[in-house]
Amino acid sequence: MAKIEVKNLSKVYGNSPEKAIELMEKGKNNEEIRKRTKQVVGVRNVSFSVEDGECFVIMGLSGSGKSSLLRCLNGLNRASTGSILLDGQDISRVNTQELREIRRNKIAMIFQRFALLPHRTVRDNVVYGLEVQGIEKEKRNEKVMHYLKLVGLEAWADYYPSSLSGGMQQRVGLARALATDPDILLMDEPFSALDPLIRQEMQEELIELQKKLQKTIIFITHDLDEAIKIGDRIALMKDGEIVQLGEAEDILLSPATEYVGRFVQNVDRSKALTASAVMVKARSVVYPKDGPLVALHIMERHSMSGLFVNDRKGVYMGHITADDALRIAESKERQIDSIIRQEAPTVSPDTTLADILEIVAYTQIPVAVVDEDNILKGVLVRGSVIAGLAGERMDA
Amino acid sequence: MDQIPRIPINKWTDTGIDYLQAKWGSSFEIFSEHMEELILSLQDLLIALPPGLIIIIFALLAWRFAGKKVAMFAIIGFYLIYNVNLWEYTMLTLAMVISAVVLCIIIGVPLGILAAKRIGAHRIIWPILDFMQTLPAFVYLLPAVTFFGLGVVPAVIATLIFAMPPVIRLTTLGLKQVPEELIELGHSFGSTFSQMLFKIELPLARPTIMAGINQCIMLSLSMVVIAAMIGAKGLGGEVWRAIQRMEIGNGFEAGLAIVVLAIVLDRITQSFGKSNN
Repeated sequence: MAKIEVKNLSKVYGNSPEKAIELMEKGKNNEEIRKRTKQVVGVRNVSFSVEDGECFVIMGLSGSGKSSLLRCLNGLNRASTGSILLDGQDISRVNTQELREIRRNKIAMIFQRFALLPHRTVRDNVVYGLEVQGIEKEKRNEKVMHYLKLVGLEAWADYYPSSLSGGMQQRVGLARALATDPDILLMDEPFSALDPLIRQEMQEELIELQKKLQKTIIFITHDLDEAIKIGDRIALMKDGEIVQLGEAEDILLSPATEYVGRFVQNVDRSKALTASAVMVKARSVVYPKDGPLVALHIMERHSMSGLFVNDRKGVYMGHITADDALRIAESKERQIDSIIRQEAPTVSPDTTLADILEIVAYTQIPVAVVDEDNILKGVLVRGSVIAGLAGERMDA
Repeated sequence: MDQIPRIPINKWTDTGIDYLQAKWGSSFEIFSEHMEELILSLQDLLIALPPGLIIIIFALLAWRFAGKKVAMFAIIGFYLIYNVNLWEYTMLTLAMVISAVVLCIIIGVPLGILAAKRIGAHRIIWPILDFMQTLPAFVYLLPAVTFFGLGVVPAVIATLIFAMPPVIRLTTLGLKQVPEELIELGHSFGSTFSQMLFKIELPLARPTIMAGINQCIMLSLSMVVIAAMIGAKGLGGEVWRAIQRMEIGNGFEAGLAIVVLAIVLDRITQSFGKSNN
């Protein structure tokens, strides 16, 4: 079962949402609905599900409904129609007491402007959720120090938020959210108020923390680079609807609408695309039992000066060069296994283009892409890497 | 214009007050007695304490919250009051102001919270506050005497009417100014109503509420002369007597004592609101 399952969720702001929903079902657009009923559509018939331990990014520009959607998930916004199941429990239908329990134990939120209480020290900010839960003092202080250590702020426990930098303040927010040990973290543009360098640092820290903690994260951002870096899957929103939902590469390589296309135009593709997206099939390989003449023949036919070698199961073994093959052919050796070179670098299918570029730039021959079992999955030739950066798919 | 007969607001008011007096008069009396006891015992306490001790307490408070200069001012000012034989009157006035301000806080802060939380309550309370602040004090001085007799109790009640509105208004304002994100923070962690109020809203609204209390103190002090007309003793009474006897010098001395008290109380309570740590 999915951790979070959202079905046909809509959120309409105003005093008579029924009328707006009726018009919505008739397919009227948000602007028309606003003019005719004075109701503002925040979220429009959205459905998706998030698995346990997944980092799900909701992306969109301001006014796209992403914050409205996020606030439906912990009941800060009450859904107008549709259902939101957290572990099978519909949060849009629970009573106040149940909602309070869910918020206390299961779901925590991290805010864009940190939302630290200025009259409390760092320690007392982090303790807030535990205090609300009614946990006794000694126990909660222990927990607080544990989470402050986790975010590297144990030395700042007795300072007030105003003496901390933005990045540190958000770490406090993170520690506070983690302190109640919730399953689900709702992050509302948590890093967009930070300087670019700090932002990157925080993104990396979040990725590291997530490896350890395996929370279910709903992460909101307007920054596609951030979405790609952090998200397992991305939902792109416009006018309250999800216009495309998928993994980063799906969105980059096959935008569902023109809008998505424009959105992804300016993204730093070198960080988003991986080797698997731009590699080409290794059309010509030889096996170690093959003779040098076979290898030379293949090279001649494809006009190449080298070949990759793998065994019958596809395990990558290295490469040979034409010069070596010619040399052993003259000395009448019958197998090429003596001339296999292994010094050439290889990359995994998950390596980003940014990392590949450097390798490709300093390597004379194509770069082999091998998976964790060392199976040769494809090769990177300069042409395909550059085409990938330019936004075209090389169909090998 | 003249087709409609005169609307007898004056008669209605008289009838209303007569009715209240007839129906609840004894209750008002009992209430009045208890309150008088409380205020008088506070007055007795302040007078019984040695002046030196009170001066030191004020100087320390001023030094702790408002700095060295205000502490020096408190020492010199209070000594001057003692020197011109106005100490007892000053303590009577101080007791009255403290009583009025404490009552204003006890009644005003909850009403301010109510008005911030419930729009219905806001709609009822706000026009009443306008009424309280603009109705000339002399108009409600008389009914206060009818209900509570002469002396310090009607004076405190009249002061209450005059000085409470800023407490209510600024409490409401302070709560409404709490940033939306911090309200969301409270809800997102599953806070109850009282956890929201005591852990988030009131601490954040504190500087604004303190500004309201500061205003309340200043308005209470400005009422002491008017309160003296219905028999409240103290500095106001001295000013009032001096005016009646054309003793300009004595009047000035008592007036000066009020100003000293006002400045010291103002500076101390102002600084309560400022530091948030």
